[in-house]
Amino acid sequence: MSNAPGLPLPAGRSGALIRADFFQRFLAFGALIVLILFFQVWCVAIGTNFLTFENLVNILVATAVVGVLALGETFVIITGGIDLSVGTVLTISMVMTAVCITSQHLPVPVGILVGFLTGGLMGLINGVLVAHLKLAPFIATLGILNVARGLSLVLTQTRPIYFAGDNGFQSGVMGNLFGVKLSGEFGIPIIAILMFAAALFAAFLLGKTVLGRYTFALGSNEEAARLSGVNVAKWKMLVYVVCGLFAGLAGVLSAARLGSAQPATGFGLELSAISAVVIGGTSLSGGEGTILGTVIGAFIVYVLTYGLQFVNVPQEWQIVVTGIVVIGAVYIDNLRRRQRA
Amino acid sequence: MANKRLLALATVAVLALSACSSTATTAPAATPAPAGTTAATPAPAATTAAKPYISIVSKGFQHQFWQAVKKGAEDEAATEGATVNFIGPNTEADVQPQLDMLNTELAKKPAALCFAALDSKAAGPILQKFQDQKIPVIAFDSGVDSTIPLTTVATDNVAAAALAADKMAAAIGGSGKVGVIIHDQTSRTGIDRGTGFLNEMKAKYPNIKIIGPQYGAGDVAKSADLAKSMLAANPDIKGFFGGNEGSIEGVINAVNELHLNGKITLIGYDSGQPQLDAINGGTELGAITQNPIGIGAQCVVNAMKAIKGQTTFDKNVDTGFMWYDKTNITDPKIVAVLYK
Repeated sequence: MSNAPGLPLPAGRSGALIRADFFQRFLAFGALIVLILFFQVWCVAIGTNFLTFENLVNILVATAVVGVLALGETFVIITGGIDLSVGTVLTISMVMTAVCITSQHLPVPVGILVGFLTGGLMGLINGVLVAHLKLAPFIATLGILNVARGLSLVLTQTRPIYFAGDNGFQSGVMGNLFGVKLSGEFGIPIIAILMFAAALFAAFLLGKTVLGRYTFALGSNEEAARLSGVNVAKWKMLVYVVCGLFAGLAGVLSAARLGSAQPATGFGLELSAISAVVIGGTSLSGGEGTILGTVIGAFIVYVLTYGLQFVNVPQEWQIVVTGIVVIGAVYIDNLRRRQRA
Repeated sequence: MANKRLLALATVAVLALSACSSTATTAPAATPAPAGTTAATPAPAATTAAKPYISIVSKGFQHQFWQAVKKGAEDEAATEGATVNFIGPNTEADVQPQLDMLNTELAKKPAALCFAALDSKAAGPILQKFQDQKIPVIAFDSGVDSTIPLTTVATDNVAAAALAADKMAAAIGGSGKVGVIIHDQTSRTGIDRGTGFLNEMKAKYPNIKIIGPQYGAGDVAKSADLAKSMLAANPDIKGFFGGNEGSIEGVINAVNELHLNGKITLIGYDSGQPQLDAINGGTELGAITQNPIGIGAQCVVNAMKAIKGQTTFDKNVDTGFMWYDKTNITDPKIVAVLYK
């Protein structure tokens, strides 16, 4: 491969990058704070309290799975692509973990590894279709969405697979750090810790490695990257593998959360993940985005979901509000970009 | 560049809309909810006043059946002086969102929980927390496979499906092929209705050959496709049994599209406008109706008993079922439990 030493960021952007980044983080983070305060005010008005440890823990647990899905999706979207298959890749990873642990009687760590690698394999297939066979990402990953969805049903004969007894898997992931019980006063669930660890790793991958630099390069100007000697097909494929691996991890977490592999679930989560990514300020036209933004975006989605139910807003309206927030977030982001340009 | 951004914005808008509407297309409910039931103002929160707050976590909310359960619960709560919050996931595949809903309700410290589980085992750990906090749990509809609920408010679906089998056998003269389309083979209602119908046929009508059962997820389009392919493979099918509202609506659509109205005996479950029209118009013979309003009401009745300190309950509260067809569809007793 080429070592492409002097792959520059597009002219004029590197200087503004830090300020823009700062503003972007501030914007999303500010929105999250405003949202939480909004619910707190509403709760006080109806005689209850939103800022409780129990609510925080519930939101952390609810966000974890989609949060991890969105991490991988961020990489793909920064390249200017899209991965619609992450929701059902999660499903098939969950199913493979369950098959290994239950019917194959393999040790729990092997099951977790297989689930993780299943995600990577599906990502590899997406990557080959997009990078080597030059299929449009939307279509290629839509196809894999259905392949993974169908295979999950085939592998389980359309029935959920349950983990028999406590093999340490579910309690391990869903338990608490510091050994405090979930119903107790203070204890952060391990599933949330794992999400933050995955986010740190993703931020490292995106910010400090060659893969991360090429991810941005592919999204900013693929042709320029190619002319600078970057093996575009190879790196693009790797980006989809990374996305698949995160989906695999999300599948393992989901299996632990549910104590089972649910073959019909997962479909639709890709849209929540994409929403989190774009709310977090990653541009669907590629070349821009941050992991921190994505994590905040995921929290915005779930604080909204949780808060609206907590204050008893009818469900029909919850759906409407969620849709408006996504459009609003992206519109504001768009305005900001145009001002800067 | 500007065009590219515009395109990106448009893509997001489409995604956002589809994220929200995907539930409407996959959920079994084909008809929009009546305006009166959707535009509700937020109910007062958990901890206000002395009115006990009862959380009702259902398996869905868009399907008209669930709207009828909701109405029954809200009406009963109004007379008993309680507040209820009725919620359910967008589709019956949303096991994890249902768990999130349970967590949120638990955080509101309700006086009681009424719960219809999508997956009893997955919900086990959270139900345990309800029990730990001494919040009484009443199961309804599919019920909950656990010892935690004090009682289960539901239809005796095995007996109801057996009645449907008797009606089918009588209508087709005790012999021939009958296609069976059920919503799924995993939920309690899916299992009970399927086995109830099949066992009655096997025991009493040896000359009837069952085609299927096939499973259409309660989705109208999917069930219609199943019915069509069953008819293509077996043109001599004399009748169809649809195990829930979406399943039988699918069969009705298939029969309409193939212009076989009146030539095949259709028997369904529950109500809903398309099914009522089909029965009035002669395409469908009749259906089993549960009593969804009664299920909702009995949930609240039993929750209130538990809140007031009652600790021993019957294992099941049977809310009953009835057969209805063209001849009794206007009977006030039937009209009271049908929904559009």
